Amino acid sequence: MTLHPILAALRKHKAGVVLISLQIALTLAIVCNAVFIIGQRVERVNRPTGLDENDLFLVTQQWVGAPSSDDPAGVEKLDVMQKEDLAALRNLPDVASVAPSNSVPLLNSSWTGSVSIKPGQQLGDKSGTRTAYYFTDDQVLPTLGLHLVAGRAFTAADVQHQGARDQRDRPVIIVSQALADKLFPQGSAVGKVIYSDGSSAPSTIIGVVARLQTPSTGSWGNDFAWYSTLVPTRLDSNFTRYVVRAKPGRRDAAMSAVPAALYAVNPMRVLDADDSVKSFADIRTSAYRADVGMAILMGVVCLILLCVTAAGIVGLTSFWVGQRHRQIGVRRALGARKIDILHYFQIENLLIAGVGVALGVLLAVGLNMWLMTHYEMTRIPLVYVVIGVLAMLAIGQAAVFVPARRASNVPPVVATRSA
Amino acid sequence: MFGYYMDLALRSLRRNKVLTALMVLAIAVGIGASMTTLTVMHLLSGDPLPGKSGTLFYPQVDADPTNDYSHTDPLDVMDYRSAVDLWSAHRADRQALIVDSKLKVQAPEVNLPSLMEMMLSTTSDFFPMFDVPFQYGSGWSADDDEKHARVAVISADLNNKLFGGTNSVGRALRLRDTDVRIVGVLKPWRPSPQFYMVAGGRFANGQTDDFYTKPEDVFTPFTSGLEINDGNFWQFTCWHMPDTPGHLQNAPCVWIRLWVELGSAAKVADYRSFLAGYAAQQKALGRITHADNTRLRSLMQWLDLNHVVPSDVHLQTWLAFAFLAICLFNTVGLLLAKFLRRSGEIGVRRALGASRRAVFAQCLVEAGLIGLLGGIGGWLLTLIGLWLVRRQPTVYADMAYLDASMFFTTFVLAIMVSLLAGALPALRASRIAPALQLKTL
Repeated sequence: MTLHPILAALRKHKAGVVLISLQIALTLAIVCNAVFIIGQRVERVNRPTGLDENDLFLVTQQWVGAPSSDDPAGVEKLDVMQKEDLAALRNLPDVASVAPSNSVPLLNSSWTGSVSIKPGQQLGDKSGTRTAYYFTDDQVLPTLGLHLVAGRAFTAADVQHQGARDQRDRPVIIVSQALADKLFPQGSAVGKVIYSDGSSAPSTIIGVVARLQTPSTGSWGNDFAWYSTLVPTRLDSNFTRYVVRAKPGRRDAAMSAVPAALYAVNPMRVLDADDSVKSFADIRTSAYRADVGMAILMGVVCLILLCVTAAGIVGLTSFWVGQRHRQIGVRRALGARKIDILHYFQIENLLIAGVGVALGVLLAVGLNMWLMTHYEMTRIPLVYVVIGVLAMLAIGQAAVFVPARRASNVPPVVATRSA
Repeated sequence: MFGYYMDLALRSLRRNKVLTALMVLAIAVGIGASMTTLTVMHLLSGDPLPGKSGTLFYPQVDADPTNDYSHTDPLDVMDYRSAVDLWSAHRADRQALIVDSKLKVQAPEVNLPSLMEMMLSTTSDFFPMFDVPFQYGSGWSADDDEKHARVAVISADLNNKLFGGTNSVGRALRLRDTDVRIVGVLKPWRPSPQFYMVAGGRFANGQTDDFYTKPEDVFTPFTSGLEINDGNFWQFTCWHMPDTPGHLQNAPCVWIRLWVELGSAAKVADYRSFLAGYAAQQKALGRITHADNTRLRSLMQWLDLNHVVPSDVHLQTWLAFAFLAICLFNTVGLLLAKFLRRSGEIGVRRALGASRRAVFAQCLVEAGLIGLLGGIGGWLLTLIGLWLVRRQPTVYADMAYLDASMFFTTFVLAIMVSLLAGALPALRASRIAPALQLKTL
C-alpha cells in the first residue's frame, strides 16, 4: 500500500490531524518528564543508608526533673542515668546490642558541623567540608550494622561523655568512606588527623565505614549526604536517644518490652506514646513520605493523561470512520480486503502519531531544560524519551484498533446504496 | 433563541452519550486537577494581611563584620544589639521584636501533663500591628514590656487544650519554671504563610513548607521571654561560635526579627534614611563593617525574596495546567468531530435561513453546556482533590478548603475552557456550505 492516498486524505482533515498530533506531543512531553521525576524520587527513596535496617529501632526519651546539663555535677549525674538506661536495655532478652546516639540517618534531626585538614578553619574553608556528627559509644558499629572497611572500631577506652552543649575535644573519630575520600583523595585516611568545627585540637581517624547517610533528607543537606562522622562520646542532657538492634526477627517483641524496662529503671521520664519507640522502617517511611506522595501523584496524572489521549484518538478516528463509511464500501467493492482497510487506519494513525512524537521529543527536552533552570532537576536520560516514544506509538495503535476494525467490517454493498 | 439553542444542544448531547461523556469527563478531570493545585497555590501565595501588608516593613542591617562571603544581601535576621537599638528608637508607627523558642508549658491549676510548645517573645505592638484577633482579654501594654512583666497571651488551641475553651484570662501558666498570668486568649488565627517568622527561604532550595506552620501557642513580652527561657534560644546563624549556647544577647549571632509599621511613603523614606544613619553610626563605633548594606523591604517583597511557595507546589500547578491544556486539545478534537458530523443538519438550517452567526452561536451554546457539566464534575473532583491534599502530611494541609472565590473560579474556568475549545469547531461548522450538504442528502 502506498502512502499517497493516506496523505491526500489527511490533507482534508487538517484541523483534526493537527489537534491529535499536538495532543500526542504534549502528552509525551509531560509523561516523559513526570516519569523521570517519579524515577528520581524512587531512586532517592531507595538509596541505602549504610545501616542494616532490619531489626533496628530507636528509643527517644526525656527525664522529668533531671539535673541540669550546664554544670559539671549535673552532667555526671545524667551520665550515670544514661548508663543505667543502656544497661537495662542491653539486658532485655530480645535485644542484641544498644548504642546511644544523638540521631540516626533519615531522622531529620542532626548535629552538623565542619571538618578540615587544617586547624582553626571556619566553615566555608576550601580544605574542609560539612559533616553530620553521630555522638555515640563503642557499640555503634554492631548496633547500626555498619561495615568497617579500614582501621579499627571504637573500644570502651575511647568513650568519653560531655554535656550536650559543651565543646569537648574529639581525639578519635570514625568517618564514612565518602568523607574520607573527600578529605584525603589520595590514599588511606586511617591514622590521619583532621580538625572539627574550627577547633585547633586534632582528631585522629581510626576507622572508615563503607557508607553512612546523614540524618537530614532535606535538599539543604544533599551536598554532604554521605559525609558522616562518628564520635565516641555520650551526650548528657535530660533528653536521650538509644539505637537498639533486636535479635533477628524479635524487633516487635523488643520494642514492646522497652517502656516497661525504662520505667523500671527510673519512672521520672516521658516516653511519648507514638514517637518514643520507633522502628527504623517507620523512620524511613516518614522521612520520604513527601517524595512517595509526589511520585504517586505524578503516576496518577500520567495514567489519566494517557487515558484522555487514547480516548481522544478513539473519538476522532471513530468520527473519520463514520464519515468515510461510503468510501470504505467503495474500496471494499473494488477489491480491497478487510485487512487493507484495517491497515489503512493503522498506518494513518502511525503517521499522525509519528508527527506527534517527533514534536513531543522536542517539547519533552525543552520542558526538561525549563525544569532544570527552575527546579532541582537533572538532564533527562535518553532512555526515558525512547520508552516514552514507543509507549505513545503503542497507545496510538491500541486506541485506533477498535474503530479501525469497525471500518474493516463495513460491507462492500454500502457502495451500491446512496448515502 | 437561547432556549431553542439549549434545546438543540441537549438533544445533540443525548444523541451520542459516549462522546458527550468523554468530553465532559475530560473537562472535569482537567478542571479538577488544575483547581486543586490552584486552590493550594492561592492559599499559599496569598497576602497574609490584605489591606495592611503594604504598611509593614522588614528592616535589615548587616552586623556580620567578616568578609567570608560577598555580602550582597544582609543576613536574614538581626543580632540582639541592632534589633533592640532600632526598636528602642521608636521611629516607626509601630514596631515589634520577635524571637521564638521551645519550652515546657503547664497550667498549675489544671491536672494535665506538661507540654512542649513554641513560645513567641515579642513586644506589645505585635498584636495591633498584625491585626491579631482576640477571643478574651487583650495583649499586654508597652509598660509590661518595660517592666519585664510575667504575663502571657495564649492561642485558642492551647486554651482549648488546657482550659477547655473557657475564659482563662487571669489564670496562671507555668512557663519552664516561671509562673505567668494569662492576659489574653486569641481567636483561631492562621496567617498563611506565618509571615512574621519567614527568613532563610533563599537557602531552602524550594523546601519551604515550614513557613506555613501554625502560629506559636504562647506569646510573652520580649524582655520576659528572654529571661524565662534563657539558655534555650537558637541562632539563625553565627559568624563565630557563641560562648554560651542558647544565651545570645552578646553573641556574634543573628537571631531576632524586627518588623515595623510605616503608614505613608514619607515615613518609609524617613525610616530608610534612619536605618542607613544607624548603620553608619555603628560603623563609626567600630561594631559593624558593612554599613551600606541595609534593606527595608515591604512584607510582600520579603515574602517574594524568600520564595515562600514550596517548589513542589509550583511544579504541581504547572503540571495541572499542562494537563488542562491536553484536555482542551482533546475536547477541541471531539467537538470538531461532533459538529462536522452534523454537517447535513447544519446545511438544512442554513438553507432554511439561519445565518452563520446563528449556527456559530448554537454550536457555542452546546460547547458551553458541556463546560457547565464539566464544571460540576470538576468541582466534585476538586473537592476530592482537596480532601486528598488534607490527608497529606504537609503543614498547610489543614487549610486546604475551597473558598467562595475559588468555587466561582472553577465554573468560570470550566465554561471558558469549553467555549475556547468550542470556538474553532463552531467556526468550521458555521462555514459549512449549505448547497454541498443538501446535494448529498
